[in-house]
Amino acid sequence: MNAFAYRVKRLWTLCRKETLQIIRDPSTLLISIVFPGILLFIFGAGINLDSSTVTLGVVLEDTRPQAISLAESLANSPTFHVKTGFDAKQMGDELRAGRVRGFLIVRNDFSERALRQSPGTPSLLLVADGSEPNTASFVAAHVRGAVAVWQREELKRQGRELKGLDIETRTWFNPSAESRNFLLPGSISIVMTVVGALLTALVVAREWERGTMEALLAAGVSRFELLASKVIPYFVLGLISFVICVGLTRYAFHVPFRGSFAAVMLVGALFLGSALGLGLLLSTVLKSQFNAAQAALNAAFLPALMLSGFVFEISSMPAPIRAVTTIVPARYFVVAMQTVFQAGDVWPVLIRAFEGMSLAALGFLGLTFLKTRRRLE
Amino acid sequence: MNSPSPAFAHVSGLRKSFPGEAKPALADINLQVLPGVVTGLVGPDGAGKTTLLRLLAGLLVPTSGELSVLGLSPTHDTDALRDSIGYMPQKFGLYEDLSVMENLALYADLKGLFGQQRAETFERLLAFTDLARFTDRLAGRLSGGMKQKLGLACTLLGTPRVLLLDEPGVGVDPVSRRELWRMVHELIAGGIAVVWSTAYLDEAEACDHVVLLNEGEILFSGAPSELHDRVRGRVFLLTNLEEQPRIALKNARRDPASMDGVVQGRGVRLIAKPDAELHPLEFGVSAHATLNATRPRFEDGFIDLLGGVPSAESELANAVAQHPDDGAIVIRTHQLTKQYGDFKAADEISVAVKRGEVFGLLGPNGAGKSTTFKMLCGLVVPTSGDAEVAGVDLRSSASEARQRLGYMAQKFSLYANLSVRQNLEFFGGAYALSGKRLKLAIERMVSVFELGPLLKRAAGDLPLGHKQRLALACSLLHGPEILFLDEPTSGVDPLTRREFWTHINGVVERGVTVLVTTHFMDEAEYCDRIGLISRGKMIATGTPDDLKAKATTPEQPDPTMEEAFIALVTEAA
Amino acid sequence: MNALLVRLRALIIKELRAVLGDKQSLRLLTMPVILQLLVFPFAATLEVKNNSIAIFDQDQGPTSAEMIQRLSETPAFTKIVQVHSEAEARDLVNRQNVLLVLRFGPNFSKSVKAGSPEPIQAVLDGRRSNSAQIALAYVQQIVGSVPLDAQPGPTAALIVRNWYNPNLEYFRFIVPSLVAMITTLSALIVTAMSVAREREQGTLDQLMVSPLTPSMIFVGKAVPALIVAMIQATIIILGGVYGYGIEFQGSLPLLYACMVAYVAALVGVGLFISSVCATQQQAFLGVFFFVMPAILLSGYVTPVDNMPHWLQTATWANPVRHFVEITKGIYLKDAHFADFSRNVWALLCIAAVTGLTALGVFRRRLG
Repeated sequence: MNAFAYRVKRLWTLCRKETLQIIRDPSTLLISIVFPGILLFIFGAGINLDSSTVTLGVVLEDTRPQAISLAESLANSPTFHVKTGFDAKQMGDELRAGRVRGFLIVRNDFSERALRQSPGTPSLLLVADGSEPNTASFVAAHVRGAVAVWQREELKRQGRELKGLDIETRTWFNPSAESRNFLLPGSISIVMTVVGALLTALVVAREWERGTMEALLAAGVSRFELLASKVIPYFVLGLISFVICVGLTRYAFHVPFRGSFAAVMLVGALFLGSALGLGLLLSTVLKSQFNAAQAALNAAFLPALMLSGFVFEISSMPAPIRAVTTIVPARYFVVAMQTVFQAGDVWPVLIRAFEGMSLAALGFLGLTFLKTRRRLE
Repeated sequence: MNSPSPAFAHVSGLRKSFPGEAKPALADINLQVLPGVVTGLVGPDGAGKTTLLRLLAGLLVPTSGELSVLGLSPTHDTDALRDSIGYMPQKFGLYEDLSVMENLALYADLKGLFGQQRAETFERLLAFTDLARFTDRLAGRLSGGMKQKLGLACTLLGTPRVLLLDEPGVGVDPVSRRELWRMVHELIAGGIAVVWSTAYLDEAEACDHVVLLNEGEILFSGAPSELHDRVRGRVFLLTNLEEQPRIALKNARRDPASMDGVVQGRGVRLIAKPDAELHPLEFGVSAHATLNATRPRFEDGFIDLLGGVPSAESELANAVAQHPDDGAIVIRTHQLTKQYGDFKAADEISVAVKRGEVFGLLGPNGAGKSTTFKMLCGLVVPTSGDAEVAGVDLRSSASEARQRLGYMAQKFSLYANLSVRQNLEFFGGAYALSGKRLKLAIERMVSVFELGPLLKRAAGDLPLGHKQRLALACSLLHGPEILFLDEPTSGVDPLTRREFWTHINGVVERGVTVLVTTHFMDEAEYCDRIGLISRGKMIATGTPDDLKAKATTPEQPDPTMEEAFIALVTEAA
Repeated sequence: MNALLVRLRALIIKELRAVLGDKQSLRLLTMPVILQLLVFPFAATLEVKNNSIAIFDQDQGPTSAEMIQRLSETPAFTKIVQVHSEAEARDLVNRQNVLLVLRFGPNFSKSVKAGSPEPIQAVLDGRRSNSAQIALAYVQQIVGSVPLDAQPGPTAALIVRNWYNPNLEYFRFIVPSLVAMITTLSALIVTAMSVAREREQGTLDQLMVSPLTPSMIFVGKAVPALIVAMIQATIIILGGVYGYGIEFQGSLPLLYACMVAYVAALVGVGLFISSVCATQQQAFLGVFFFVMPAILLSGYVTPVDNMPHWLQTATWANPVRHFVEITKGIYLKDAHFADFSRNVWALLCIAAVTGLTALGVFRRRLG
C-alpha cells in the first residue's frame, strides 16, 4: 500500500471509530437530534415579537354615545381585549399589576372636542406600560390607528371627509411582517452554535479523561489526523441537525423558503466549520469535559443569542459592541439564513457572510491545530 | 547512535519536572531495559512510574538527561519508534463503546497492519488472550481481567519489541493477574523487553529486574533477590501466641532491635535491625511464643531500605473512649441480597461481627464486596434480607444510629478545596460536635495524626499519605463505636499502610469494631476474621489462618493469602 | 446548641467555603455578572438606531425636501441614500444596505399644495420586519410633524405616555430582567453541579453515612445558592441604579423576600436535576436543557404575552418567567405584593414539587 493510501486509510479508520462512538452514545444523539428539535419548537412557538392580542384598559370619564362608540370600536378590534373602567387610578393599579398593558383615558370633554377638529387640550390620553417597551410601542401604534379609523368613520357618517398624509407600505419578502419568518431562520444559528460547541466540547475532552488519548498518541496518530477525525464525523452529524432544523422551519412552521437548497447547505456547512472549530478549541485547551462545556455555554450560546442580530439589531448597538459582533460567527449566519429563507440567493449578501464565516472557521480550526499537541504536555 | 550494549532502552541522568511544581517528578534516573526480562517499575502512587513510562513512549519530553529506546530518541524519532514500542496506558486505552473486534481493528489500522498478516495476528492474539468468544462484545462490558487482556492485545499489534505496561494489575482479580503474568512470560521468551509498573510490592517479586521508585527517585535497582538478601536472616515469625496478634505486635515492637513488624495470621512477622538480636519476650509477649526465622519477602527488603518503621504504637488509643468488652454482636446481616436487573451483585450474604473485632471483606473488584459494604453502612438498600448495625436497622432509624458509625472511603472523600482544619470542623459539625467539644476533638486528632503544620493547606493538595491520615481523623472525631473502611490503603506506600494499621489497632484495642474491605491480599492478615466474596457470594469466612488451612494441599503446604484466595475461588466455581 | 442546628450550621459553612473559597468557581460566579451588566443593556435593544434609509424622490419639490431634511436629523437614520430608479432601490434592499425605501411620487408636493396629498410609498425589508416597522413608525412621526398647508387642523388628539419608562429605553427593561437571568444560572450551577461533584468525589457517600439526612443536605445546598443570588442581585441593582441611572422604585426588602421564594424554586429544580444525574457532565447537560427553554420562554427575549395561549399557560411552570415579572414589577413599577402574589405562590409550588420529587428520587437511588 502506498504512503498516501495508507494515510487515507488511517484517517478513515479514525473517522469510523468516532462515528461508531456517536451512534452508540445516546447523549451525542440527544444533543444533535432531539435537542435541536425541542429548541426550534420553542423558538417557533414562544419567540415572537408580534403582539397578537393585548389587554387594554379603557377609562370612560365621558359616557356619552361618542365615547361609547370609540370604546366599542376598540373592543371590536382583534388586537385588543378591552377592559372598561371608570376610574383612572384604579386602572393605574391594573397597569402596575400587569393585568393591562396600557389604558386609554377618554376625558369627559371628549365628545365635544372629538370631531370638531379644533385646537386645544387633547381629550384622549394613552398610558402604556413602558416596562415592556416592545409591547408599549405596539399598543401606542395600534391605538393611534384604531382612533384614526374610528374618527374617519364618524366623519364619514356626518358626510365629511378627513384628508391626511398616508404612507402606503409594502413589506418585501415578508408581506405579513410576521416576526417568526425572520426569527426562526435566525434562531437556527443559536441551535447550531449550541449543538456544534457542545458536541465537540465534549469529544476531545472525553478522550483525555478516559485515557484513550494517550493510547492514540502512542499509536502515532498525527495532529492533522487527530483534528480531522474529530471534525469530519461531527461535521456530518451537524449537517444532519442543520437539515432537521431547516426542514422543521420550512415544513412544520411554514416559513417561506425562497433560496436554493445548495445555498442553504453551503451556509450551514460554513457555519458548522466555525461552530465545531470553537468547540474543539475549547475542549483542546481545557481538556476537561466539564470546563469545556461550561466555557462553550459562555462563549457560544450567550453571544449567539445577544450579539448575532437574531433578535436585537446590531446597527442599534453602540460602536464598541458592534466591533465585538464582527467576531461572532453567528452574526454572519443569521444574515445569510434570513436572506436565503426570505429573499432567496442574494449572492452579494451571501458572499459577505461566507467570508465572515470562513474566516471564523479557519481561525478557530487553525488555532485548534496549533494548540493540538502530539505529546502530553 | 548505535549502542553496542544489548539493552533495548537506556536512561541516564534523566530528570523531568513539570511547570508549577517545586519538586521534579523524576530526578537522576538511570536505567537499562534488557530484552527477555520483565523490568518492574515499583512504587506507591505519585512515585513517578507513569511519568517514566510516558517518557519512554515519547509522550513527554525529558527536562534533561539522556533517553534512548532501540538506539533512537523517543523525543525526536517518535514516528520511527512507533511500531517498535507497545504502550498500554492505565485503564488500558480501550474505547468502551467499541466492541473487542472494533478496538483491535482500530489499532491494527493505526499500526498499518493489513492483509494476510492482519488476519493471522488477530487469530494469534485472540487465541493468546482467549477473547475469541467475545469479539462482538463492547469493551465496556468486559470484566477487568478481559479488558486488560484486550488492552494487551491492542498493544501487541504490529510486533513491538519494547512493551510498556502501566499498572496492568490494577482492578484485576488474582486469577486474571496470574494469567497475565503467564502471557508476559511467553512474550519475553520471544525476546522482547517488558516494562511493568505496579504499586503492589508482591508483583515486584515476579519481575526479573526491579526499579523501586519513591518520590521521583530510584531507591533500588536490581533483582528482587538482592533485596531479599539485604534482610536474609533478619526476618522472623513469632508464633504460638496466647494474646491477640496485634497486642503481641505492639509489645514486640517495643524491642529496640526491631525495625518493622506486621501481623501475619495468628502470628507476628518481625524484622530485626542489622546486627541486632530480637528479644520480644522481654517486652511482654506471652512466654510460650516462639520466634523462628522465615523466608524474606520483597516488602521486608523495601522497609529495610527505607530504614524501618519507627513505632507501632498509636497515640490514638489514648484519645478514644473505651467501649465495653461485652462480646456483643454489633454487625449482623441475614441473607442480604442486592439485585440489579438479572444480576445479583450480592447473594444471600450473612455475617456476624463481634464488638472489638476487625472483620475484612476480601474479594476482587466487581465481586460484590463493595455492594455488601454499602448495604451494611446504609448507602444501598438491599433487595432482600436484613442488616443490623449497633442493634438498629439503618434503614429505619438512620440519624441516631449513624451517629455511632465512622466511615472512610476509598478515595479519602475529603472536600478538596477546603483546608485541613475546615474539613475537620465540617465533619465534627456533621456529627453535632460544637463549641468546646469540637475544639477538643479536633485538637486531639491534630496531635495524634500530626496534622498541626498542615491545618491551613487545602485537603486536595496533600500527598496521598496525609490525605489518608486526615480522612481517618475525620471519621474518628466523634468517637464512633463502629468504623467502616472501604479500601482504606489503596495506592499508598507500605510505610503509610503500616502507620494506618497501627492507628486502627489502637482503636480496636479500645473496643471499636472495624469492618474493612480490601483487595490487598496481605492486608487481610490484619483482620481477625475474613469473609471471602466472589461473584456476589460469601464463599468462605474464618480467620486468615483458617482460610489458608482450607486451601492447604500437598502441592501447596504453606499457601499465602493470595494462593488461598485463588484456591478457594476456583473451588467455589 | 441543638444537634440539628449544629449540623445545619456545619453544612452551610462548608457549602459557603466550597463555593466562595474556590477561585475558579468564584470567577465563574462573578465574571458573567459583570460582563452581562456591561454588555447586555447596550446590546439587547429593539430600538432602531444608526440605520440607513433610501429615498427615491421623483418629486424634488419643497415638501419632500423638507421631509428628507427632517429624516436626516434623527438618530434612527444616520445614512440617507438618494436613489434614482426603482431597480437601484430594490438592489439596496436586497443587499441589506438599507432597511427601508421611501418613494415620493412625481406630483407629491403639488398634491400636498392642492389639499389632497397623495400617499408616500414605503418598502420595508421583511427579513428584519420588526426593526423595519419600528423605523417606519419613526418615519410616520416625522412625516406627520411637517405642517401641511391644506391640512384641516389636528385630528383626534391622542397623547401617549409611557409609565415606568417614558422613553421606552430598552436598558430599563433589560437591567431588572438581568437580576432574574443571572441569579438563575448561578443558583442552578451551585446546587445541581455541587451535588454531582460530591457524588463524583465520593463525599456524598460520606454525608449519607453521617447522621445528616437528605433534607438537611438539601437545606445546606440551598443557603449558599441564596447568598450567591443575593450578592449577584445586589451587584446588578447597584449597577442599574448608579451605572445606568435607573431608579429603584419599589421596596427592596420585598424584592429580597421574593428572591427567597425564587431561589427555593431554583434549588428545587437544581436538586431534582442532580438527583437524576450521576456525573457532573450529565448535570451540566441537565441544567442546560432546563435553562435554555426557561430563559427563552421567560419574557426576557420576547414578551410572554406574544406567545400562544397554551404556551403562556405552560410558562406557569417556568420559575424564571415569574421572577422576571416580579423583578420588573418591583424595580420599575413599585408593584405591591398583591400585584404579583400569584407569581410568588407559583414559585413556592414549583419549589415544593421539584424539591419533594428530588428528595424522593434521592432517597430511592440509595435503593
